[in-house]
Amino acid sequence: MDSLAEILAPYQGRQRDALLPVLWDMQTAFGHIGPDAVRQISHTLHVPEADIYGVISFYSLFSAAPTTETVIRVCTDPVCGLAGADEVVHRLCHRLNIQHDETTSDGKYAVSHTTCLGLCDHAPAALISQRGHEEIAVAPVSPESDLLELQITPPYQSIVRGDILLRGVDGRHVESLTDYGNYRALHHAITTLGPEGVIGEVEKSGLIGRGGAAFPTASKWKMTRQAAGQPKYVVCNADESEPGTFKDRVLMEARPHLILEGVALCAFAIGATKAYLFVRGEYPESTWRLQRAIDEATHAGLLGENIFGSDFSLDIEIRRGGGAYICGEETALFEAIEGDRGFPRIKPPYPTTHGLFQRPTVVNNVETLSTIPGIVEHGGDWFKQWGTEKSTGPKLVSVSGHVHRPGVYEIIPGMTLRQLLEDFCGGVVGNLQTVLMGGAAGTFLTPDQLEVRLTFEDLRAIRSTFGSGAIMVFNETADLPDILRRLGRFFKHESCGKCFPCQLGTQRQMEILERAAAPLAGDRERLHDIGLTMTESSLCGLGQTAASAVLSALEKWPDLFAVKGQPV
Amino acid sequence: MSDTVTLTIDDHEITVPAGTTVLEAAAQLGVEVPVICYHDATTSNGLCRVCVVDVNNGRLLQAACVTACANGSKVETRNERVERSRRTILEMLNSAVDLQHAPAIQTLMSDYDADPARFPDAERREHALLDDNPFYVRDYSQCVLCWRCVQVCAEDAQYTFALTFDGRGFDTHIATAFDIPMPESPCVFCGQCVGVCPTGALKPKIQWGMEQGLTPDEIRQSTRRSRHRREEAEDG
Amino acid sequence: MVAAPMLSPDHTVRTTCPYCGVGCQMNLHIKDDVIYRVSAPFDSAPNYGNLCVKGRFGLDFTTHPRRLKTPLIRNGGPGEFREATWEEALTLVAERLSQIVRESGGDSIATYACAKATNEDNYVFQKWVRAVLKTNNVDHCARLCHAGSVTGLQLAIGSSAMSNSIAEMEHLDTFIVTGSNTTETHPVISLFLKRAVRQNGAKLIVIDPRQIELTDFATLWLRQKPGTDVAVYQAMAHVIVAEKLYNEDFISRRTEDFNDYIESLEQFTPEWAEEISGVPAEQIRQAARMYAQADRAAFYWGMGISQSTHGTDNALALTNLALLTGHIGKPGTGLNPLRGQNNVQGCSDSGGLPNVFTAYQKITDPAIRGKFESAWHTSLSPDPGLTVTEMVDGALLGKIRAMVVMGENPLMSEPNLAHARHAMEHLDFTMCIDIFMNETSELADVILPSASFAEKDGTFTNSDRRVQRVRQALPAYGESRPDWQIVCDIATRMEKILEVEHSAGYDYPDAEAIWEEMRFLTPDFYGITYERLEHEGGVHWPCPTLDHPGTPYLFENDFPRGRGKFWALEYGTDSELPDAEYPYHLTTGRVLFHWHGGTMTRPSKLNEIFPEPILEMHPDDAHTLELVSGDWVEVSSRRGSVVCRVMVTGRSPVGTVFLPFHFVEAAANLLTLDKIDPRAKIPDFKMAAVRLRKTDAPMREGADIALDERGTIKDPTTYVH
Repeated sequence: MDSLAEILAPYQGRQRDALLPVLWDMQTAFGHIGPDAVRQISHTLHVPEADIYGVISFYSLFSAAPTTETVIRVCTDPVCGLAGADEVVHRLCHRLNIQHDETTSDGKYAVSHTTCLGLCDHAPAALISQRGHEEIAVAPVSPESDLLELQITPPYQSIVRGDILLRGVDGRHVESLTDYGNYRALHHAITTLGPEGVIGEVEKSGLIGRGGAAFPTASKWKMTRQAAGQPKYVVCNADESEPGTFKDRVLMEARPHLILEGVALCAFAIGATKAYLFVRGEYPESTWRLQRAIDEATHAGLLGENIFGSDFSLDIEIRRGGGAYICGEETALFEAIEGDRGFPRIKPPYPTTHGLFQRPTVVNNVETLSTIPGIVEHGGDWFKQWGTEKSTGPKLVSVSGHVHRPGVYEIIPGMTLRQLLEDFCGGVVGNLQTVLMGGAAGTFLTPDQLEVRLTFEDLRAIRSTFGSGAIMVFNETADLPDILRRLGRFFKHESCGKCFPCQLGTQRQMEILERAAAPLAGDRERLHDIGLTMTESSLCGLGQTAASAVLSALEKWPDLFAVKGQPV
Repeated sequence: MSDTVTLTIDDHEITVPAGTTVLEAAAQLGVEVPVICYHDATTSNGLCRVCVVDVNNGRLLQAACVTACANGSKVETRNERVERSRRTILEMLNSAVDLQHAPAIQTLMSDYDADPARFPDAERREHALLDDNPFYVRDYSQCVLCWRCVQVCAEDAQYTFALTFDGRGFDTHIATAFDIPMPESPCVFCGQCVGVCPTGALKPKIQWGMEQGLTPDEIRQSTRRSRHRREEAEDG
Repeated sequence: MVAAPMLSPDHTVRTTCPYCGVGCQMNLHIKDDVIYRVSAPFDSAPNYGNLCVKGRFGLDFTTHPRRLKTPLIRNGGPGEFREATWEEALTLVAERLSQIVRESGGDSIATYACAKATNEDNYVFQKWVRAVLKTNNVDHCARLCHAGSVTGLQLAIGSSAMSNSIAEMEHLDTFIVTGSNTTETHPVISLFLKRAVRQNGAKLIVIDPRQIELTDFATLWLRQKPGTDVAVYQAMAHVIVAEKLYNEDFISRRTEDFNDYIESLEQFTPEWAEEISGVPAEQIRQAARMYAQADRAAFYWGMGISQSTHGTDNALALTNLALLTGHIGKPGTGLNPLRGQNNVQGCSDSGGLPNVFTAYQKITDPAIRGKFESAWHTSLSPDPGLTVTEMVDGALLGKIRAMVVMGENPLMSEPNLAHARHAMEHLDFTMCIDIFMNETSELADVILPSASFAEKDGTFTNSDRRVQRVRQALPAYGESRPDWQIVCDIATRMEKILEVEHSAGYDYPDAEAIWEEMRFLTPDFYGITYERLEHEGGVHWPCPTLDHPGTPYLFENDFPRGRGKFWALEYGTDSELPDAEYPYHLTTGRVLFHWHGGTMTRPSKLNEIFPEPILEMHPDDAHTLELVSGDWVEVSSRRGSVVCRVMVTGRSPVGTVFLPFHFVEAAANLLTLDKIDPRAKIPDFKMAAVRLRKTDAPMREGADIALDERGTIKDPTTYVH
C-alpha cells in the first residue's frame, strides 16, 4: 500500500484545486480519508482541516471513517427499482448475513445503495468499490449474480442507434485515434475559420445546449469570448447523474475523441488554454477511456502545445466527481473542481464572466460538445438540415424501463414520442401507464400524450421538457407511488442542503411520498405547497425541479394522496 | 452603465445606487422584508429564502438579500406566492428545528400565519447538546443552518477555520473536522460564532447554565465535564 | 423537549473591553448582577462586532468569589491581613503617607499609576501625587512595555502614539509586522490585518524569530535570530538607499539629517545583516523593495522589539525606514506600536508619567506647570520623577520609603523578580488598590478594594488614541469603590493632615466632572466630551475643539517636533547571550488566553483552557535534551529558576525557548534580567540566557494530569489558516 507521503508527493506545491484528486487517491488507497491523511493534505495544499473534512463528508464516494475492503452500492432509483434492485440488496445482505448499510463481521463487505449509475438500459446496476482498486460499475446484476467475485468486466453493451453523432457506434467498439482521424474540424478551425468563424458556424447551426437548460450554445461562447479576464476555461460537464440518463456515458465510452475535439474547438473559439472534463465518480469506464484518448491525442500533437503548429495550446484535465448529483449544476461543478463542497453559487454573476476560479468559463454538456466537430467541419447549415427551426440537429435520448429495446437513440426532433417508442424501441412492454420525460426532474406524460412531437418547443407547450433527454417508460404493472417514493428519496439524498426550501422540502416531500399508501389528511396540499415553494424559491435548478415530477403526478392523478373516504 | 437604477417596490418608486440589493432598497423605503440567515456583518448567501420577493412576476421568486435592484423592475415584497413560500419554509423549519430560543423567527411564524404543526410525523434534526469547552455550548437541535458561524470562523472574521459542514441536504450539520471536541480543534474561542447565532444553538456557557437554574458558582465549578463525554459514551 | 426558558437581560450596558489596547466596544448583558453574555455592536469601530476570547468569555472575574470585598490591613507577616472599615483604612493610609511626606519629602514615595484603570482614575491619581505628595514619582507599566517605542518615536518625530487608526488597516497595501504576535496579543486587530491580506490582497512581511500565526498569511517571513532586529532594519534601509528607492520629495520637505544618516548606512549591507541575523540577504532585499515600492505601507510592532536594551534603537530604525520612504502621514501609512493594555495609552495621556502632565505637557515647561499650579491651587515640583524600574532600585537604596500601587502587580511584571521583591521588602509602607489580592499586595500594609471596569464610569483610550466610554453595569462588589473615589478620599484626608490651605479639589460628583477638569487643562482633549462620546462612540485625540472630528491618522502635514529626524545607529548588543553554562535563549511574552500578571484571567474560565505555563521548545532542542511534550523541566537563569512543562513545537527557532509571563507558579520574570535600555529604561524581557534540565513533576495542582488532557494547550503551527 502506498504511504501517505508517497501519495502526496506529486501534489507538493499544488493548491486547493487539487483537493478532489488527492481525496480520490487517498480514498482508493485506504478506503477512507482519516485524520492523519487530512492533516497532511491540509499542509500540502494549504487547506484548513475542517474544510477538507467538510468536502469529504459532502461526497457520497468519500468516507472519513474506515470502510470495509469492499463496498457494494446497488442503484435503487425508479428503473433499477422496477428491475428488482431491492431484491438484489436483500439477497446480498442475506448472503452476507448483514442488514442494509451494515458491515460484515470480518470487515470485508458492506452493502449500500447508490443513486442512478447511468446503466438504466441494463437495470439493475451496482457500483463496486474495492480498496486499492478503481471503482467498477456492473449491470445488470440479478439477485443471483456473484457481486463478491470481483473479476468482473462490464458485461453491458448498450443498444445504440444513430447515424450522425452515433455513426458507427455499436456499443462495443471504442474508437481509437486512428478510427477517428486527426481532428479535421480543429485543423479547419485553426487554419481557416478562426475563433469568430467557429462561433459563427455554431450560431448558424442553431445549436441549443443538451444539458437540460436549453440555452443557445453560440451565445454562451460569444459572451465568454468577449468577457474581460484571463485565463478563460472550458468545462465539459460530464457529471451525467439525472436518473434515467446514460447518453453521455455512451458517448464517452464510444466516442471520446469526438468529445475531445469538441472541447478543443470550444477552447479555440473562446480563447481558453485549459479545459476540464468533470466526469462523475460513478463512471470509471468513461474516465479511463477519456484519459486514454487524451493521452493518444496529446501524443499525436492534437492537444498540448502549439496545436497544428499554431499559437493555440490546450491542456485538458479530467476531474473525477466524488458522488454528488448537484455537481451537474454548473456552479456547483466549479466549486467541486476548486476543491470545495459542491454548493451551487448564486447567479448572477454567470459563468460566462465569473465561472471557474471566478474567470470567464464555458460549461457545456458532453452531447453539446460532441456536436461541434460536425458543425465546424460541415458548417452550421449541415446541422440545421435536421430537426425543426427551433430544435435543430440530431438529439440523443436515453430510453429505459418498459420498452423492448432500452438504449440510446439519436432522434431527429419532430418525430413523435410514439414513433420513438414503437419504431426505435420496439414498443412498450405491456400496456403503457406513463412516461417520465426528462428524468427525475421531469414530468409525467400519459398515454394520450404520445403524439407529442419531440422538440424543445412542443414539449414546452405541454409543460414538459427534454431535460437531460431521459425517457423512462412504465407499464401498468409499475406502482406509481413506488416510483414517486424513489424519486423522493433521490432528491432527499442529493439535495446539497444550501438553501432552506430544498434542504427541508426534499425531506418533507420524501416523508409524505413514503406514506403514499396511507396518506394523512392534507398531504396533497402539503405536497403542493412544498412543491411550489421549492420550485419558486430554491436557489438552484435542483431545488427548482425537485418537485416537478410530483407536481405533475398530482395534476395527472387527482386520486393520488387522497385520503380514503374524504373528498379530494 | 448608469450609476443609479430606478425601480418600484410595492408601488413606491425609488432610485438607488447600482448594486444596491432589493433588501437594502426596501429598507430605505421602510418596507421590511423578513430574513433569517441574513446578517449585516456576514456574506449573504441567499440560504433561507424567507426574503424572497416577486420581481416582474417572474417564474422564480428572488432572494432580496442577494438580488441587485434592476432598472425598471417591479418588485412585490408580499403577495400570495411570496407568502406561500415564506409560510411553507417557516413551517418546514419549525418541524425540523427547535426554535424556542429564536424569538425573531417565532414572530415571523405568527406574521405569516405559519402552522407550527403543519408537518406531522416529520423527522426533526435532533442532536445531543455539546458541552465540550469552558466558554460556550452547542445545541445543534436549535441550528437553522444559517452558516453565519462557519463564515465568521472563516473569511468573514476570524480566519480560524475550526468549523465546517458535515453531511449534506437535510442531514447537514455544523461540526469540527471529525467532530473533535472544540479544545482539540483550531478554535480560539473568540465566540464570533456565538455573537452571530440567530437561535439558541450557540450560547455562552454562563447563559446556558443560568437558564438551567445553576448559580454562577455552580457554573464556575462545572469544569470540563463533558469534554470526554463522547469517549465515555462510546465506552459504554 | 421543552427547553428551559430563554434568559433575557435585566439590562444591557455598552462599555469598553478591559483587556488589551484594541479597545473593543461591547455590550454586557446582565441578569441578577451577573454578566451572562457579552456581545459586540457590529456598527462600531474599532471592532465592528468582533471580540476575542478574553472579552467575550473572560469577564467572569468580576464576580469571582476571590474579589476583594473590604479594605484589608496587614496583621502579621506577608499575606496576613484583617478586614477593616474604610474609615480605619483610609485614615491609616493618610496618616502614614503624610508622616513620610513630612519626614522625608514626597520624593521618598513612589507610585504606580494604572494602565487598566480609567483616564479619570489616573488623572486624579497623578493630581494627588503631584499636588499633595509633591512629587513626580508617578509611572506605570508602559515603562515595561513600550518605553523603547515611546522614546524612539519621541526622538525622531516627537510623538509616540500609533499613527493610524485600526479602521485604516483593511486598506493597507503592504505592511510589516515585527515583534508582535498580533493574533494572540491584539486578536481583533489581527482580524483586520488578515482580512487586508486575504480579501484585499495586501502584502504582509513578518519579521519575527517565532513562527507566529501571521506567518501563515505572510508574503515574506524574515526569521531573524532573537535580538538582531536592528541589523535587519538597517540593512533594509541600506537597500532602499543603495537602490535609490527612497522618497526624495518627502525627505526634502519633511526630514532632517538625511545626509549624515545615509553615510552611516554604508556598512549595513544585507550580507552583513545575514551574517548577524541569519536572514538571507536576498530576503532582506525583497522586503526592502516591497516596503519601499508600496503605495501605502505601515509598520505594526509590539513588545518583541520594544522590550529590549536596544528598544529605542529599534523604534528609531523603523522610523528611519518610514521617513526614507515617506510612508507616514497618509491613510494606511505609518508607525504603529500596538499598546498592550486597555488603557496604557490613556494612563500616559492622563499624566501617569514622571515627566509630563496630561497629553505630554512637560512638567519642566514653566508655562505648563503654571497652568496646573493655578488650576490646582498649589506649587508643583519641576523635577522629573523616577521611572518604575528606578523606583525598585530606589527602594533598595532607601531613597524610597513608601510605595503606592494602583491596580498593578510589579512582583509579576518587573524583571528579575527576586531582586524586585527584595527591594519592596525594604519599604516602610506599601499600599495597594486592587480588585484581587496579588503577589504585590501580599506585601502591602493596606489593601483597598476597588471597583472593576464593570462597576464604574469613565473613559479608556485605546491603542489608536480613541477615547471611549466605560459604563457602570454592575453594582459595587462588596464594599469596593472606584479608584478615583478612593484616591480622592486619601487626598482629602492628607490635605487636612498636612494642613493644606487651599484644596486642589477632590470633591468630584462623578467621573464626568473629572474629565471636564482634564479637558480644560489639555488642549488635545478639549473637544472631547462625554456627550460627544455618547453620540459618536469614540473620538481619536488630538481633538482641540468641540467641532473637530478627531484625528484618526497623524502627521499629515508635520511632525510634533517639526521635521522628522533621521538617526544614525550603531549596531551592538549588551544583552545576555547564551553561553556554555546557560546555553538557551529565553524569550517571554503573552498567550491568547491570559493577560499581563494574570490578575483578571486566572480567576476566570480562561484559566481552564490554558491552566499552566508551558515552555515552547524546538524539536531539535527537545531531541538533544531527550524531552517530549508534557515533560517537566527546570528552567534556570543566573537570577532564578522555575519548573514547568514543555511543549515541543517548531514555533520557536532552534536554541530559543519561550515562556509566557502570566503564571505565578513559574513566573518568567524570576528568570529575566533587570538590564535596561539606557534611554528608555525598559528592561530586556526578550533576552535572557537559561539552562534546562529535565525534572520530576512538582507538587502542584493539575501536575498529575497529562498535558494533552489539560486545557487547549496545543501547537498552533499544526493548523493551516
